[in-house]
Amino acid sequence: MTQSKKNKPPKLYVLERRDFQELLTALSADGYQLIGPTLREGAVTYAEITAVEDLPIGYTDDQEKGTYRLHQAREPRLFGCGPGPHSWKKYLFPARMRLWQAQRSNGGFTVQADAHTPDKLALIGVRACELQAIAIQDRVFTGGAYVDPAYQAQRENTFIVAVNCGRANKTCFCTSMHTGPKAVSGYDLALTEVYTPEQHYFLIESGSPSGDEVLHALPTRPAAVDEVEAGEAIIAATSAQMERSLETKGLKDLLYASYDHQRWDAVAARCLACGNCTMVCPTCFCTTVEDVTDLSGDTAERWRKWDSCFTMEFSYIVGGSIRSTAKARYRQWLTHKLATWVDQFGTMGCVGCGRCITWCPVGIDITEEVREIQTTSVAPTAAVTERKRKRENT
Amino acid sequence: MQRKNKPKLAVWKFASCDGCQLSLLDCEDELLAVAGAIDIAYFPEATRAVMKGPYDLSLVEGSITTQHDAERIHQVRRNSKLLVTIGSCATVGGIQALRNFKDVKNLTALVYANPKYIETLSKSTPIADHVFVDFELRGCPINKAQLVEIISAYLNGRKPNVPKYSVCMECKRRGTPCVMVTQGTPCMGPVTQAGCGALCPAYQRGCYGCFGPAETPNPRALSEQWKALGKTPQEILRAYRSFNAYADAFRKEGDAHEG
Ligand code: SF4
Ligand code: SF4
Ligand code: SF4
Ligand code: SF4
Repeated sequence: MTQSKKNKPPKLYVLERRDFQELLTALSADGYQLIGPTLREGAVTYAEITAVEDLPIGYTDDQEKGTYRLHQAREPRLFGCGPGPHSWKKYLFPARMRLWQAQRSNGGFTVQADAHTPDKLALIGVRACELQAIAIQDRVFTGGAYVDPAYQAQRENTFIVAVNCGRANKTCFCTSMHTGPKAVSGYDLALTEVYTPEQHYFLIESGSPSGDEVLHALPTRPAAVDEVEAGEAIIAATSAQMERSLETKGLKDLLYASYDHQRWDAVAARCLACGNCTMVCPTCFCTTVEDVTDLSGDTAERWRKWDSCFTMEFSYIVGGSIRSTAKARYRQWLTHKLATWVDQFGTMGCVGCGRCITWCPVGIDITEEVREIQTTSVAPTAAVTERKRKRENT
Repeated sequence: MQRKNKPKLAVWKFASCDGCQLSLLDCEDELLAVAGAIDIAYFPEATRAVMKGPYDLSLVEGSITTQHDAERIHQVRRNSKLLVTIGSCATVGGIQALRNFKDVKNLTALVYANPKYIETLSKSTPIADHVFVDFELRGCPINKAQLVEIISAYLNGRKPNVPKYSVCMECKRRGTPCVMVTQGTPCMGPVTQAGCGALCPAYQRGCYGCFGPAETPNPRALSEQWKALGKTPQEILRAYRSFNAYADAFRKEGDAHEG
């Protein structure tokens, strides 16, 4: 449904804050269920919304490694909060999903695959990094020879309203990953929220034919030059505000060469192997399947659930787990995100959203770990030398 | 499917509060199906009817705290094809294993008017310390859905789906924002085995560790974070000295914060 217009200059319009509800109303009238940021349990989480009042109006968040706090801000912005503990993947790639059920009858059995009728969803407030995360999952689930039909059907029924970031969280590093803070593709509509004591409006542009249709039905006017500039200034300021960074140059090869780096031991001493970093990550796509039966054994079901490379079962192969230590599991996670993913799908598996940093209960920071590996010498440990020696001798 | 010879189920009680056995009675919706699929041959909590052994499946609740029970569990084992322990008492010694950290004679003197009538072992120990156990179902109390899963897996000759990873996995699948991160509330979730569905975090409380240590737990790293959140060694000690105090990983972490 989404497609970018790469060559034509985007047309910017102004939607006044007082008319924002019109956007929601128009999407509802088109049959979309609206999903957006809401306040719940001390965080901004994605959930169904019906009116503009459901948004976390006037709230902002402070994020650092292992901490997240909401605050009431002075400015009544609709999108003043950054990415929270949820990612949109929970709608496109649900945490639990039944794949099929089987029924025993007369000595045989019949299998019925679940139909997975998609919901018509409009995602409101998707950040630039999140758009890129969705693009990454698109490649994972629909890019190869084996397409995930449930994912594909849901994607085809999803309308995306992106929001360019007016503020960078301390855990954000999208500029390093070239994924933000401005939405460049993959949206139906994109907004920039402009707030001054005198004015509160949204710059709005369309990125797809369905975006055009909705946009034309809204009470907008073409943006004036100073309004366009105000929007650009906001995005430039957000980029300048970004405190974290991750150097990606040469990183893939460096990580491949760092299998025995001593830093893995240091991080493993702190890592809980709890799996939070993978569960909150908008690109992580791993699942496990669970077969269940009822007591009679007449009905069986297969369920798919989010999995994590931090569990022992993840690497269980006849007789045991091949990644039994936290060291092996953390190394797998980081190396997949930033190196093997490139060989697998052509891009890195990290978009710099910072979730794994904020939501790690002990505050392990991917950017810090990478920097340590980049800046400390990869002096081969005794074990490496020993392994090399053995290899050469065989 | 109708079975000609229904397997015989027995439920045994050792030192415990009965809460786990009651989980079976609490399976109102499933109980009829359970009763249809198996003969409840011995279950004093539920019925006075007693069928003679041997039993196909024995569920054992409670820990071993007396010499008498230390002998009785061998009889149960001899009479059972499959023996599954249920709950923290049976799997790690339970809350009563707190005595294991003290001299039990001093404790009986504190509690009983005539301690000389008390015959007890110096430690409360899990069933697996005494006999071979086929499967351990954790929790204080156990989760009834997991109990039904065990029985269902047994009846259908398949592996039970009882994951050993952390509570965090369940917490994230249900979309609960982490309470350690949003409020600085200490949570045992990262070192505790899943099974409850991350109940406490869903009510914005830290996990109490009812299901005992997860696979490959790292309590030392968690304690460092708890200290950073302002918890004293005393408070950390108390968190580990609870229903699963005598489980290896929890016992060691408690010890590290003692004194
Ligand atoms: S890095 Fe953090 S979130 Fe990830 S498994 Fe380790 S402790 Fe958990
Ligand atoms: S980092 Fe781990 S959970 Fe995430 S996609 Fe890679 S292997 Fe899967
Ligand atoms: S690895 Fe971390 S920063 Fe990168 S996309 Fe995943 S959660 Fe975001
Ligand atoms: S609230 Fe507890 S169980 Fe949930 S993610 Fe945080 S530490 Fe884990």
